[in-house]
Parts: sequence; C-alpha cells; structure tokens
Amino acid sequence: METHAHEATHTAEHEHHHHHEHPSQSFVEKYVFSMDHKIISKQFLFTAMFMAFAAAIMSVLFRLQLAFPGEKSSTMHFFLGDRWAKGGILDPNMYLGLVTIHGTIMVFFLLTGGLSGTFANLLIPLQVGARDMASPMMNMLSYWFFFISSLVMFISLFVETGPASAGWTIYPPLSALPQAIPGSGLGMTLWLSSIALFVVSSLLGGLNYIVTVINLRTIGMKMTRLPLTIWALLITAILGVLSFPVLFGAAILLIFDRSFGTSFYLSDIFIGGQALSQTGGSPILFEHLFWFLGHPEVYIVIMPAFGIMSEIIAVCARKPIFGYRAMIGSMLSIAFLAFIVWGHHMFVSGMNPFLGSVFVFTTLLIAIPSAVKAFNYITTLWKGSIVFNPQLLFVVGAVSTFISGGLTGIILADSALDVAVHGTYFVVAHFHIVMGLSAVLAMFGGVYHWFPKMFGRIMNKKLAYWHFWLTFICAYGVFLPMHFLGLAGVPRRYYTNDAYAPWAKLQDINIIVTCFAIVGVLAQILFFINFFYSMVKGTKSDENPWKANTLEWTTPIVPGHGNWEGDLPVVHRWAYDYSKPGKKTDFVQQTVPMEAGELDEGEHS
Amino acid sequence: MIKLLVYIALFLMLVLIFQLMRIYQLSSEIKGKNIGLANEKDNRSQGRGMLAFAFGFFIFLIWLIVRFKNDMLPVAASDVGKISDNLFMFNWIIIFIVFFITTFMLFYFGYRYHKSAKNPEAYFYPHNDKLELIWTVVPSIVLAVIIIYGLSLWGKLTGKPDPNALNVQLYAKQFDFTVRYSGADNQLGTTNYKMIDDASNPLGMDSTDPKGLDDIVVKGEMHMPVGREINIQCNARDVMHGMYFPHFRDQINCVPGMSTFVHFTPTITTDSMRLITHDTAYNYVLICNRVCGAGHYNMFLKVVVDTKEGFEKWLATKKPQFDAMNKRRHGGTAVTMK
Repeated sequence: METHAHEATHTAEHEHHHHHEHPSQSFVEKYVFSMDHKIISKQFLFTAMFMAFAAAIMSVLFRLQLAFPGEKSSTMHFFLGDRWAKGGILDPNMYLGLVTIHGTIMVFFLLTGGLSGTFANLLIPLQVGARDMASPMMNMLSYWFFFISSLVMFISLFVETGPASAGWTIYPPLSALPQAIPGSGLGMTLWLSSIALFVVSSLLGGLNYIVTVINLRTIGMKMTRLPLTIWALLITAILGVLSFPVLFGAAILLIFDRSFGTSFYLSDIFIGGQALSQTGGSPILFEHLFWFLGHPEVYIVIMPAFGIMSEIIAVCARKPIFGYRAMIGSMLSIAFLAFIVWGHHMFVSGMNPFLGSVFVFTTLLIAIPSAVKAFNYITTLWKGSIVFNPQLLFVVGAVSTFISGGLTGIILADSALDVAVHGTYFVVAHFHIVMGLSAVLAMFGGVYHWFPKMFGRIMNKKLAYWHFWLTFICAYGVFLPMHFLGLAGVPRRYYTNDAYAPWAKLQDINIIVTCFAIVGVLAQILFFINFFYSMVKGTKSDENPWKANTLEWTTPIVPGHGNWEGDLPVVHRWAYDYSKPGKKTDFVQQTVPMEAGELDEGEHS
Repeated sequence: MIKLLVYIALFLMLVLIFQLMRIYQLSSEIKGKNIGLANEKDNRSQGRGMLAFAFGFFIFLIWLIVRFKNDMLPVAASDVGKISDNLFMFNWIIIFIVFFITTFMLFYFGYRYHKSAKNPEAYFYPHNDKLELIWTVVPSIVLAVIIIYGLSLWGKLTGKPDPNALNVQLYAKQFDFTVRYSGADNQLGTTNYKMIDDASNPLGMDSTDPKGLDDIVVKGEMHMPVGREINIQCNARDVMHGMYFPHFRDQINCVPGMSTFVHFTPTITTDSMRLITHDTAYNYVLICNRVCGAGHYNMFLKVVVDTKEGFEKWLATKKPQFDAMNKRRHGGTAVTMK
C-alpha cells in the first residue's frame, strides 16, 4: 500500500516509463505471475471461460442421454471414448459424474471464481479509485490457487474410476464410500482437494476485496457514493469470507471419514457384505455444514450479478438507478438472511420439523428484498431513454429470469409444498433460472460492458445481438419445460426415466429441452468468436464508450499498472447522475464538482 | 485421418470467419458506421424484440400448460396431499399474477422507452419513498398469508401420527426398497445393522425382541389400506436414499444410522385411481429421490392402495420372517420371501 501511495506522487510520464519499459518487467511478470488487478481479472475470466466451456459440453452429453436414452451416439463416443461410452452408450456412473462436475464447475468455477474473480478484480480498484488491490501479492496468489484448483478438478475427469459422482452437494455416505460408487474413490479425493484449494483462493481474494473497498477509496468516495457494483462485490466478499471456511471444515471432516476411519458423518453402515465399524456420526451434520456455505453461496453467485445489472441498467437507460439506498438496504438484508435460511435445502433430511418452520419463515422473508430489487430495476427502465447496447439486453434478460425463477422459489421455500417436489426437475428448473441464468446473463452483460476497459476495443454488436437472442430463447426453452417434468414427479439425477410408466408421455419434454440445450450451447460459439476476434481486431474504443459516470471511464483507454496517470481522481458525487435536469450532457461523471446548491442524490435519506 | 481433416476444416472455417468479420468491420468503418455502439435503428429493432419476446414467452408457457397438463401427477391420493394441492393452487394464482404483470412490464418498458427521436431524454427519477414502501409492505402481507397457510399444513405433515396408524418400516439399500409390516401387535421389532445377513436376515432384525417376531418382510411391492393412516419408519443400510411418494405429496430421506418418519392417510385406492386416470395399468409408485449410486434410476417400488379387506387378505398371504428362520431351525423348508 505504501508503495502505491508513493507512486501516486509520481508524474504520469514517469509512471509510463516505470510500467512499460522497466527492464525487470518480463513477460512472465507482466502476463503470468502478474500482480496487476486488471491482468488477474482477465486470467480469472479466461480460466472460467475454459471451465464453463467444458461444463457446457458435459450438459449436452447428459441431455443427449436424457432425450434419447439407450441410443448410440457418436458424439458421446467422441468425448468419452470406450471407457465411458462403449458403443456410444453412456455409462450410468459417468452420467452421474457428468452431472456432478457440471454442477460443481458452474457453481464454483464459473459463477463464484469466474464472476467474482473477474469483476471484483477489474472493478474494485477502478471504481473506488485505487491504484491496485490492497495486497497485489495476495491477489496473485488468489488467482493461482484458483488455477490449480481448476486444474485438479479438470484432471479428476480423467482418472480410471471416474470423477466424483455423488452430485455437486457430495452428501456422505455416498461420497465417503468407494464401495458405494466408483466415483467416490480417487475422483472424490481430487474433488475435495480441488475445493479446498478453491476455498483458499476465495478467501485470499475475498479478504483483499473487503480491505480494498474499506481502505482504498479515493478522496470523496463515501460509502454512499459507491457504485452498486462495488456494494455488491463487497457484500459478496463478506459472504464468502464468512461461509467458505465452513465448507473447508466440512471437507476436512469428510476427508477424515474417508481416510482415517473417523465417524463424523457415518453411522451403522452395512455395505459390500460387511458392517462398517463407524457409529455415532450423522450425514445430517454434513448437510448442515454444506448448506451453511451452500446457501450463502447462491447469493455469492447472484450478488455480483445484481451489481452488474444495476450499473448497466442505469447506464443504458440513461437514468439513475431507482432507489439507490433501497438497493443497498435490500442487498444487505439479503446477505444477512442468507445465513439463516440454509435449512430450506433440508426439509426432507429428517431434521427437526420445528426447525423446518423457522427456515420457512426466514426463507420467505428473502422474497421481500428480492421483490424490492426487481421492482426497482423495472422502475429504472420506466421513462428511461434506453440505448440497446448488447449488455442491456443481457441484463434485462437477467431481471426476467430473476423474476421467473424467484417466483417458483416461493413454492420451494414452503416446506409443506417442498416435500411434494423436492429433488425433482422442478428444483432443477428453479435454481437454474434464478441463479444460473440470472448470473450467467449478467456476467455476459458485464463482459460486453467492460470489454472496452479490458482490451480497449468494443465487441461487435450484431454478433452480440444474435448471441443474446439465441441464448435467452434457448435458456427459457431448456428450463421452462423442466418445471412440468418436476410437477409430474420426475426426479433429478436419473439416468433414464423408464422406471415409471406414466413418465413415458413426458419424453417429448426431454427432447424439446435437449434441442434447446444444443442450440443454446452452439450459440456460445458466437460469443467466443466475437470475444477473441474483438480482443485483437475489434473496433477501437474511446475513453468512455457508453457515456458512463463511474471512475473506470476516467482512466486512459487501456490503463497501465497504477490505473491513473498522475493523481488519483477526486469524487464529488454519486455514480448515477444520468439525465440530471439542468446539465449539458445526459451524464455527469463522479469527478465533476457539484454546482452551488446542487443536491447529491446519493446522500438522500 | 478423417478426424484430422475435420480439425483442419474447423480451423480453416475459423480463419474464414475471422476474415469475414474483418471485411465487415473495415467496410463499416469506411462508411462511418460504428459496429460496437447501438444506434437508433438498433434501439428500435431490439425494443421490438423485447415486446415480441414477451408475447412469445407467454404463448410458449400457455402451450406447455395446455399440451402437458394431463400428463402431470393426478389428483392427490392422500389426506395431506389434498391440502397440498389446494395450497399449490393458491400459490400458483399469486405467482402467475405477479409473473405476468412484472414480466410484461419489464419487456414492455424496454420496448416503450427505447431511445429515439421521440424519446431523446430520460426522466430523472432517483427515488420515491412512498412507492418503495408500497412494494415492501404488499409483498410482506402476501408472504405472511403464504407462510401461515403453509405452516398449518407442515404441522399436519410432521405432527404426531394417529395412535391407530398402521406402523410400517421402509428399508432402503442400493438399489431397492424392502417393506416390513409390524404384524398383529402393530409394533416394529428392533434392528441392529450388525445382525444383517443377506440370506436370512436382510434387515438385521433382532430375533430376541418379541415385538419383532410377528413382523412381516415384503419385497417387490408395498400395499397399504385406504382410509387408515400409515406411519412409515424409514431406514437405510448403506447410503442415503430418498423416499418419495409423488401421489401422496410426501417424501423424506432414509438416512443410515437414524430413523425418519412420515405419515399420511391414503384416500384413493389403486382401482379408483385407474378410473380417474383412464389408465387400466396405472400404479402408485415409491421412488428413490436422493442420488445413491449407479443404479439410482432403477430404484423404485410399486405401491398398491387396497380396500381394508383387500389389504388384510393380501397381508395374510405373507409369513413373518422369523417363521422362516424357526422352520429352518427345526428342519422345515424355508419360505421364500418375495
């Protein structure tokens, strides 16, 4: 930190020299083991894109299985070979493996590491007006732990006994006993190692984000002038720091049960023709520990999306975000409630029913701040002057999926109704829409929006429009019909649905879903082409292509290490003075001083 | 060789796409068009896209409902299930009202307020305390009603079972369910997992417990009498299993090392349900709903709801497990358990 304060006094020219021609800045230091938050952000993004690509292919494979069970598929054989798809027919163990790793990657590697890692790293220093993170070293370590963790998870796909296959929630005893499923052998060991590394990465990153937001805000950047992206990322980091260690603990206890004969989670088990000696443990303990992370985790996923959504809607509607204070308040209350609702994942676990009622109450409370957020987004669009840049489309899509998925959550939060559809495709549809789609769409929006800041170029809008419409239509095409499977009682994680005759009539739904899924995944090729093409050859951006107010658009087009040439910017107003009456332009950057008698809207109580 | 050709073709295609994009971009730049920022034409077309999507979305949803409504679960076949169906309907009405209004507003505003010559400037509207109060308070009231309604049913589902309820054990293992009826005394004998022997004592019943002597172990299907509450004790031997009765709208996990319970009263016999569904082969089912291994998808049990007489007649054809053991001990022939 001291170095940075020191650097602030350097002249722009000197800094330029220091960062671009200093002999000690080798390629490796600059692009590989970089301590520059902007490079680290891109590293997170690239790694997450790779992992998500793999997870998307997995989803196509198990969707093929569900739509055409028992049919030979050369695609299946191409990806899985003779070991897991002999003659093109998927092995049931690998089916579970694919489902498990798809979930794990999407939740942890794309939507936690990828989403927070990319945008917290890129935006926190740039939007609070800091030269870098509080600890660039920790930040670099955070990425490299993430990288190793991704690597271990990816490698686990190739082990002889298959990857972890007990579902992404890895409930013991299934995840503890290789006798029960082959994936609980080496595959599960690698899964647990990978997640332990992931927790380390998340903690290193999260602590850094918190400290940076609290300590390194530039002059004038009061908490009530922070863009909502930063509020969201700050709250996300706090959630992560408080909940990830519990997952770490749960994983360690599971490792003990697996390897050292303890019985934290195991009790009275007879398997493979013999009675195990462990008694006294309880799998429900694991569920409590897992979901104590697992539920805040879904808010760790959705919170950065909220921030991105708020920012992009305001910029593109050319209108202040409606109810800035209410938005902060609702995020804070969601974050608080996030810690006391985990039991709604456990209504059928056999825990005390009274505890169940408490969780019903707290869970449905979350609907209130969520409703406030949805209404505020809609009101921000009202009477706006909306510029349909591609990122706005994605964000409107994210608001829509947040509403649709949030509403079915009312049913699942109600324990008495949950027991009727728990563990069915209704749940799969619900959380994919409310958490998966909202966060992924917002993440795409964020990439389109901040791409000029990352690479100094703008992505092609035509391809982006096509990408959006195909993705959005296919997303609903996949997950809307799934509700109906759930209401017919079809459970998730079933290799085929021929156990029960009446489900045969629903096979059409599975075919519809799979078709949309394939088109939806193929549509992402448009994104990849656009991304990599624009990165090297795209239209050059100017300093502030979207005419936005926040500080990142006051830096040079592609900021060097240190972000601002010369002194750090000084902030005079909140981030949302769009279309303010009496101003010459429809945006007023945060660095513009207040006129006499002008009211700061962020200060309003 | 073919694979290599495919890769080369893919690579050339990528190069082609890049070149095409390059040409498109350069020609646009010559014409002075920006291919990154939305212009008025984009605002209009994408705004219309929003509205079109809203209608397409609603039509798709309605089509799904019309097309598949008869393939959903039929009317609930238990006392609690009936309340559950009503509660579902109550929730659906609220959800659909909110869904249609907010979704329409979202996409309609997108269409209506796109930037154009007619709508060049946004309305500066940073907050309105009254509005925000309204949409905090109204959802709170609606949710309070939902919570109270829901918890009243939750109380029924998880409350004390009827003292006259039929006590039954469901025993789950990879990958099947076994049912144990409690016999004449309506009490289940104790079990111990160390006594499990797959050939003679698959549930690990304790032969010294007199309560268990009349217990009847049945595989392959589960019968229950209509109109009498059934209280099910759920256990698992190896890993967690789910015990899901979609038609009775109830489920619980079977957890190794502990017992969990559900109870409900079946209200419609299998025969009546066949009339309701116009399907002469229709059956109730119990399915495993907690991933438990490679055979998870094959773990289910046919459930039959009989009339009281029918149930007793069926049960009378089954013999207690310890009969078989006793007979074997005394040189008789073992009864094969189905």
